[in-house]
Amino acid sequence: MNTLIAITGLGIFCLLFEILNLRKAIVPITILGLIGVLALNYCEFGTEQSYYNNMIAVSKFSTAFSSLFIVLTIFLVALSHNFYKNHPTKISDYVAIKVFLLAGAVAMVSFGNLAMFFLGIEILSIALYVLAASDRLNIKSNEAGMKYFLMGSFASGIILFGICLIYGAMGSFDISEIHESALSAELPIWFPIGMVLMVIGMLFKVAAVPFHFWAPDVYEGSPALTTALMSTLAKVVAIATLFKLVSGMNFIASLENQDLLHTFEVIVVIISIASMSVGNIMALKQVNVKRMLAFSGISHAGFMLMTLLTVSASAGVLLYYTAAYALSGIAAFSVILYVCRDQDNEDITNFHGLGKTNPLLAAVLTASLLSMAGIPIFSGFFAKLFLFNQTIQAGYIGLVIVAVINSIISVGYYFKLIIAMYSKEPNQERTGRPFLIYATAVVSIVLNIALGLFPSLVLDLLK
Amino acid sequence: MNVSTILIILLIGAFATYFSGDKLASKVALLFSLAALGCSIVLLNNYNAGENISVISNWIITQPKISFALNADGLGLAMVLLTAALTPIIIFSSFGNEYNNAKGFYALILFMAFAMTGTFLASDGLLYYIFWELALIPIYFIALIWGNGDAEERRKAVVKFFIYTLAGSLFMLTAFIYLYTKAGSFLIEDLYKLDLSACEQFWIFLAFFLAYAIKIPIIPFHTWQANVYQKAPTVGTMLLSGIMLKMGLYSVLRWQLPLAPIAAKEYLYIFIALGIAGVIYGSIVALRQKDLKKLLAYSSLAHVGLIAAGSYTLTLDGLRGAVLQMIAHGFVVVGLFFAAEVIFRRYETREIEALGGIRTQAPKFTSMFLILVLASVALPSTFNFVGEFTVLYSLSQINIWFAILGGTTIILGAYYMLRMFQHVMLGETNSKTFADVTLNEGISLAVIIAVLLFFGFYPKPITDLITPSLETILQVINKN
Repeated sequence: MNTLIAITGLGIFCLLFEILNLRKAIVPITILGLIGVLALNYCEFGTEQSYYNNMIAVSKFSTAFSSLFIVLTIFLVALSHNFYKNHPTKISDYVAIKVFLLAGAVAMVSFGNLAMFFLGIEILSIALYVLAASDRLNIKSNEAGMKYFLMGSFASGIILFGICLIYGAMGSFDISEIHESALSAELPIWFPIGMVLMVIGMLFKVAAVPFHFWAPDVYEGSPALTTALMSTLAKVVAIATLFKLVSGMNFIASLENQDLLHTFEVIVVIISIASMSVGNIMALKQVNVKRMLAFSGISHAGFMLMTLLTVSASAGVLLYYTAAYALSGIAAFSVILYVCRDQDNEDITNFHGLGKTNPLLAAVLTASLLSMAGIPIFSGFFAKLFLFNQTIQAGYIGLVIVAVINSIISVGYYFKLIIAMYSKEPNQERTGRPFLIYATAVVSIVLNIALGLFPSLVLDLLK
Repeated sequence: MNVSTILIILLIGAFATYFSGDKLASKVALLFSLAALGCSIVLLNNYNAGENISVISNWIITQPKISFALNADGLGLAMVLLTAALTPIIIFSSFGNEYNNAKGFYALILFMAFAMTGTFLASDGLLYYIFWELALIPIYFIALIWGNGDAEERRKAVVKFFIYTLAGSLFMLTAFIYLYTKAGSFLIEDLYKLDLSACEQFWIFLAFFLAYAIKIPIIPFHTWQANVYQKAPTVGTMLLSGIMLKMGLYSVLRWQLPLAPIAAKEYLYIFIALGIAGVIYGSIVALRQKDLKKLLAYSSLAHVGLIAAGSYTLTLDGLRGAVLQMIAHGFVVVGLFFAAEVIFRRYETREIEALGGIRTQAPKFTSMFLILVLASVALPSTFNFVGEFTVLYSLSQINIWFAILGGTTIILGAYYMLRMFQHVMLGETNSKTFADVTLNEGISLAVIIAVLLFFGFYPKPITDLITPSLETILQVINKN
């Protein structure tokens, strides 16, 4: 709870900086503020409390995920310094929007009431729409913002409709009340229908197949930093919220009561397989790195959805997977931001010869791609290992085999980029060693490897 | 002192090499690889004296339980010694070449040696898998960045290799996870104790087979091999053929057979036949090769086919012969690829047709090369004869036809190897001058030849070392 208040306060501060003409200091001060918030959040860990008539329910799950979001936001804010160099007058807006977006994200994992959940998702989404269109003189960015806004508002509408149906069935917005009454034998059919609508809306936010069509265009058109935000923070928030919705409202148990569980599982398996396969196969042919990572993100969404099959046991696995995925995403995007900062596109040709001109950044990008591909010692490997282990124990061996095959396919496109960096000649001068980009890249990849070496640090948090 | 010391030396060596700068890198790498060799010899002594040199400590992962367990029995130690002995030879053999970014190159070699040593020692399934995959990354970069030939073709060959091997390994990982859900532990002793049904064993066997058949390679999973051997720098080829494919063969003995004994017995004939098919196919294709490195690659395919067939016989002789032949083949193949490199350094070509008439100009090199060729075709009194003979004997006990067909490796091998030797070395004196071997080159070749001849006459130390652990493995296989 304190975390949420502190974050909102920090956002307002960011806006004040503009008035006080302190633009130069905004990035360092926001980072310090966020580190403070992280400490505050850490103090709350382990307490189970609810505030404001159960509007907000703080639990281990919510604090652990909030910490992840805060860490990601720190990295994204650090990257803002160089990215918005050409728009010095706007930087406080951009940073403030990111901080508010974080507030929405935290609200989304710590809601105790569906109204709060919807408030969170809207704060997050509207901030994202604005950021997607923030390069306002660029037609592609406008297109991305518009597309994302149209599709996103439909998804929000569907979610809202689902909430209404659930209210109709349960007579309450309160999660704990819904949790209890979901087990009663005679439930109106509205409840599962409403739940399915909400899941669909969230699948849209996660960009799972077949609700993924917006992702490649929006990722490509948005400014690179916004793409970084969408593919790491926004995706992680959405999947965590979806997980919380399904587990928090006792959805699985209530489906079991009504003999619908099997159908639900089949659907999850199909969506998961479709997301993995479509994402990977489409990624193989991409030449634009942002588009490629968009499709790779779709396939990772497929992997993360596997946790919905073992809701009761896999919160820790989901946290680990999202942390591994998001940290490698941040590392990859900080290199992309560096390489493509003066280019008008993000094609693979821009990365030619990076291994010769900037060996450190090339090594970071290689490591982050290896992590996403699931090569050992990087945390991406352990994430997949724990996920597969969990899923095999639940008896879905076929799904795991498909996932394994997809891991192999993914190597194909991750390596395309690695090869471009190491085996081609550099085609451009790369000058300047911006400290914040280097620091973000190195710190995030070091965190990623540390998670790989000591998985229990994160994995056991939610026990 | 325990076996983790070798790993630590190699890992520190890799970092030290990287930070020592381009000029010193090769020497630092040599130093550390020699230190690792010395350490493994000391450990061998300790092991023979009955000391416990294995390590087991709980990694901090408790759920799923993964432990840092290194077990050194005779078999593992023999493979570690092979790696530790070949690494300095390989590094030393590269001293005549200049590499761009030498510090990265030598650091990757040491890192790869580290990963391969780990693979041979790990006795926890997941730890083993991690080392197994780690070994793949350095060789990928070595072949991609420092390889020869057209960059685009090389890229294709190397990526194919990487995806192929990774694909195989991921199925192995799935099998490990399945075994874990059954046993609740990744430790090899716990996995050995499992009682799996025939159907489960079949799938496990198949998943492991995919990983190993690609790595070894066994027909029909060999298509990556010749191209990568040709495109990789010679050092990379030596690492691949000398040590890395032994990882696959070793794993067959250590993991695949004991974990799925019923399946191994049931499908014995099929897998021996696949191995023998590799022998015949490799030999016939080798006959037609025009490129020296490709010829050696296919001859290597033939030899490892025989080793694999020996391992799948599930008899003590077969396993013992396979291990002996693994070590012998490791040395001889490194020697042969190095001889090809010596020729390339002087003539800048590997086309067999373009060579010839070297004998009169370089008598020392000719005699060394001849010994290596003869060792490769398993002439009696060389180490390879001991291994190949034992394997053929074990095959004859299964079915005499296997031994006869497998024996073609010797006959055909003699044919293509001697023909190659004739074209490359003999004939009228070549108009281009060929300087005889330098001191450095001579030392590398002489060490290899000395090892091959010594163990050819006196293989007992190695058989004594490996036999007890092979017997243990056979006990596990035959427990029911």
